[in-house]
Amino acid sequence: MRTTRAQPADPAGDSGYPDHPPRMGFFTDTSVCIGCKACEVACKEWNAIPAEGLDLTGMSYDNTGGLGANTWRHVAFIEQNKPVTRPDPGLHQDQDVFTMAERGTSTGEDFRWLMSSDVCKHCTHAACLDVCPTGSLFRTEFGAVVVQEDICNGCGYCIPACPYGVIDQRKEDGRAWKCTLCYDRLGDGLEPACAKACPTDSIQFGPLEELRERAGRRVEELHEAGVADARLYGADPDDGVGGDGAFFLLLDEPEVYGLPPDPVVTTRDLPRMWRHVAGAAAALLAGTAAAFLGTGRG
Amino acid sequence: MAGRRGGEQPVVPDTEFTSYYGTPVLNPPVWKTPDIPGYLFLGGLAGASSVLAAGYHRAGRHGVATVAKTGALGAVTLSVGALVHDLGRPERFLNMLRVFKPSSPMNIGSWILTGYGPLAGVSALSAVSGKLPRIGAAATAGAALTGPALAAYTAALLSDTAVPAWHEGHRELPYLFVGSGAVAAAGLGLLAAPARAVAPARNLAVAGTALELAAFRRMERRLGMVAEPYRGGGAGRLVRAGDALSVAGVACAALGRRSRLLRGLGGAALLAASACTKWGVFKAGQASAADPKYTVIPQRQRIRAEEP
Repeated sequence: MRTTRAQPADPAGDSGYPDHPPRMGFFTDTSVCIGCKACEVACKEWNAIPAEGLDLTGMSYDNTGGLGANTWRHVAFIEQNKPVTRPDPGLHQDQDVFTMAERGTSTGEDFRWLMSSDVCKHCTHAACLDVCPTGSLFRTEFGAVVVQEDICNGCGYCIPACPYGVIDQRKEDGRAWKCTLCYDRLGDGLEPACAKACPTDSIQFGPLEELRERAGRRVEELHEAGVADARLYGADPDDGVGGDGAFFLLLDEPEVYGLPPDPVVTTRDLPRMWRHVAGAAAALLAGTAAAFLGTGRG
Repeated sequence: MAGRRGGEQPVVPDTEFTSYYGTPVLNPPVWKTPDIPGYLFLGGLAGASSVLAAGYHRAGRHGVATVAKTGALGAVTLSVGALVHDLGRPERFLNMLRVFKPSSPMNIGSWILTGYGPLAGVSALSAVSGKLPRIGAAATAGAALTGPALAAYTAALLSDTAVPAWHEGHRELPYLFVGSGAVAAAGLGLLAAPARAVAPARNLAVAGTALELAAFRRMERRLGMVAEPYRGGGAGRLVRAGDALSVAGVACAALGRRSRLLRGLGGAALLAASACTKWGVFKAGQASAADPKYTVIPQRQRIRAEEP
């Protein structure tokens, strides 16, 4: 199903909600993320997600590592030898926190940290949803993708299907878990816990159309301020997953943040796969029949 | 290479690409070994054996046919056992059948198993007991028609994921898988067939090996660097062992016209070859998911190719 800018994708409508609220989503503006991890904690608390213990990854200040069954929001910390640019002329106009920070911790090198809160992308064309053999994964009226935990049988098919490495299996119960866009809060008119807890509005929640406009303006603002590396990720409705319900403003290439540069919904090639499966099955039948040719009866 | 800083050794030292401390982009498949590679092998063995059994049944070679039929039933029973064992919540296997979903190869596979399994069962039970020959013949034909679907669909099961070595190989894997299934079924046939009836199993071994090898070579050429996991590490050793065993099995089958021992060795080699190939494909996929370069580099190349 092709989607164009003129005709925005309507995953909730396509999933059988004739009258549904506008598609809701996240715009995560990593240029104002301070790495406080309030989102991770708020998500854990609201969704009653089990702790993973106190492990140190040893690779950076990121001791969570990545998204998984027990981590539905994950703050990445990227340490780079790159000059600190001034990413936000609109905030803290009377205080130059970057000069302050440089004065306090300067090592004489050009060094910067990128921080970014990652989450399930709630793809327009969602591979996890497509491949789920039980119908346990479903599309909500808000356009998000949610796992019904009482139907999930733990087959784990959604996990390698996700091109972003989001959904994962919880070892204790064998079932798959991921961000629900706080479906239980949305129904009551509340915003998701992570967005509510974010102190810098790095995580913004709202109707996707509105967020995309806001994000476009923000990128222009940053470009004008000289932050040439600012770019949107997952906002393009013509990309390999039909655009994401959760998209990002990044300050470097996606792979620097552990994100795939050009993800594609795995089921895009499925019609061709089924044709090759049919061809191969026919080849087996024909080949075996041919194996009996000239071998005679009895 | 800024994303690589922070103390951890990059997984791949030579290729230029950035990643988040060398951590995988994808969450790796949680499917267990030997459950799922075993399932792939047994499904191929069962499906192709049912086709071979129908051929022997039609040719009036009931001894070999019965072995192939019972082999198919045994293999499909074990494969369902492996599948159920792999599920975290085996009591929920029936949830697979609450929907019919062509976008999910696993769901379609559950329906194929549901259709094929009882046919293979009736076919084998009728052959062993000698009762209800007409129903047994009909079930034999039914199993021969649904068996190829069982042998082939597992390729789509793997390909319809974001795992680079599986997804990118989606054109060749079905042919590779039915070739491997034919090799296994031919192996079982060689073990069972008397000298006079061995020709069809031997022909199938040759055809299956040729198809499997051709599909593999073609896939390797087309995939470029994404094919590396099929050549290196434990997966590469298994794939090479599979190739060598199938060629050795075919040779034994060709030379073993008079020698029952040689035919038996050939049959065992072919069965082992099929298992090695399926295990190798499974492991190669896991390796390609664990290394971010197989996700990042092809996608980067795709973006560059699309840029004006």
